[in-house]
Amino acid sequence: MENILFKHLDIADLEKLDVYVANGGYAALGKALKELAPAEVTGLVTRSGLRGRGGAGFSTGKKWSFIPKDVDTPKYLTCNADESEPGTFKDRELMVRNPHQLLEGIALCCYAIGAAKSFIYIRGEYAHQARVMEKAIEEAKEAGYLGRNIMGSDFSLKVVVHRGAGAYICGEETALLDSLEGKKGWPRFRPPFPAIAGLYAKPTVINNVETLCNVPHIISRGPEWFASIGTEKSTGTKVFSVSGHVNKPGNYELPMGVTARELLFEHAGGIWGGRRLKAFIPGGASVPMLTESDLDVRLDFESVMAAGSMLGSGGVIVMNEDACIVWATLNLSKFYNHESCGKCAPCREGTYFIVQILKALEDGHGLPGDVEKLRDVATNIDGRSFCALGDAAAQPVKSSIDRFHEEYEYHIAHRGCMVGRS
Amino acid sequence: MGVTQAQQPGKARLLSEATRENISRIALNYDSAQSVVMPALYAAQEQLGYLPDQAIVEVAEILQLPPSEVGAVASFYTMYFRRPVGQHIISVCETLSCALRGAEGIMEHVRRKLNIKAGETTADGKFSLNSVECLGACDMAPVAMIDGEYYGNLTEEKVDEILMGLGL
Ligand SMILES: Cc1cc2nc3c(=O)[nH]c(=O)nc-3n(C[C@H](O)[C@H](O)[C@H](O)COP(=O)(O)O)c2cc1C
Repeated sequence: MENILFKHLDIADLEKLDVYVANGGYAALGKALKELAPAEVTGLVTRSGLRGRGGAGFSTGKKWSFIPKDVDTPKYLTCNADESEPGTFKDRELMVRNPHQLLEGIALCCYAIGAAKSFIYIRGEYAHQARVMEKAIEEAKEAGYLGRNIMGSDFSLKVVVHRGAGAYICGEETALLDSLEGKKGWPRFRPPFPAIAGLYAKPTVINNVETLCNVPHIISRGPEWFASIGTEKSTGTKVFSVSGHVNKPGNYELPMGVTARELLFEHAGGIWGGRRLKAFIPGGASVPMLTESDLDVRLDFESVMAAGSMLGSGGVIVMNEDACIVWATLNLSKFYNHESCGKCAPCREGTYFIVQILKALEDGHGLPGDVEKLRDVATNIDGRSFCALGDAAAQPVKSSIDRFHEEYEYHIAHRGCMVGRS
Repeated sequence: MGVTQAQQPGKARLLSEATRENISRIALNYDSAQSVVMPALYAAQEQLGYLPDQAIVEVAEILQLPPSEVGAVASFYTMYFRRPVGQHIISVCETLSCALRGAEGIMEHVRRKLNIKAGETTADGKFSLNSVECLGACDMAPVAMIDGEYYGNLTEEKVDEILMGLGL
């Protein structure tokens, strides 16, 4: 399979502007500015079938088309580079190894929706990545690919890097907007949706880094080419971040619909320590766990959903048979408890209760009925808060109880683990 | 967005001219003064090492916002420090992918070397230790962020080397 977003694996120094341009970079932007009306750019993206890579899988072209046209108000694109979903580290590589690919995608989106300004909201810990993006923006501006009258057209665009400061919730698009407005990152009630009233209550598109990186390729090579990769409804490639108990953790760009077995065994080097696979979380920490019997599931939006989980961010966390599921679930539950922003009671309080119960189980103080209590709390968080963080917190708990019930019961009956700790 | 900074004679100011100029320059990127709060807090923290109340008040003055709003932002995000921190900040990731590759052992090792718990600073003010959530670098688990830089594939030996380089 040809590398598309990950061309930096084939071409040295692709992060440099001259190398990027020598390899066809900014040609898509030039083509769009010369030959295509903004609505035509959106049309091509819609026809390609591209869906958001940030987790929800919403049609990118459709999202852009919701931005009101012919109204005289500023519009914004916010690139979501918050990348804080546990097990996800693809945007980091995409930004550092090929920053101009992202900037070209941003410019194409802004041209399509009529935005003159775009923010890249990047997690605070990615200080190095923020510097790389800032340098690339300066270079692109000097060369006329950003700034005033881009490539001799009457399209102008300013791109600003905005650093977050350590809060998972700010990856959620409406919390991100509040954060960008200089407030605490709290999710907003919807409607209105950001396309109508987003940043400063102006029409705003929010797209993930990987989503935008696909756009130059779609414009250059056409929507039919793009749609020929992957499956019918999940087109293109996906960058999978594989971590945990595999021999070769890393990012792998593969066609949508690749099986979990191929990803884990042919690309990620198989299970660590010569042990057996126990569980894997296919879409970042926030989706239900799958097990060895799901290895032939195809990793595309529909197939993973049919298997009872979600493709999410494509961050695949792998656990071998030495990992204790109660311990792993406690670990993730502590994450959600720490990152709950506190706005909604079910998520704020529920994640706390979950951690307390799991801690008791892990420490050998579990009581009969605790597993039912856990499921009850998780069920009462799911779907009962402003944003999906609460839903996310419920998934590891519910799915691990469903699939590893005996391990929980063992913890209660024997005051300890069924398996050796990793 | 342009900000004007009025001189208030007779009052000792914490934020230097350079920091204030930096904030004015950053403000040009934004369409609202409130959006400047986060980068302004970073600028203040870069100068002072942390954000004492007076820094919050001065940032609020510069941006002409209520200090309470600036303070709320400073306390919401974990990367702003409201209390003094050590000269070197060690943040060990303990989320699942790192935990599966031995993060608990790494944390325990650092704790023993520095003789402090996560969330504490050594008595000589040299090191602060934090337990943090996923750093987005699980491909090189276990990972720590030390003074803003990532260090991956950590072992106890590697940790010793890094700490020695920092003067432990
Ligand atoms: C708690 C939470 C955290 C999220 N974190 C991220 C993130 O770090 N990066 C991201 O792109 N999307 C994240 N999302 C999804 C965004 O809300 C949004 O759907 C996405 O940025 C839209 O871009 P896309 O259509 O290109 O996928 C998160 C959602 C939730 C509920």
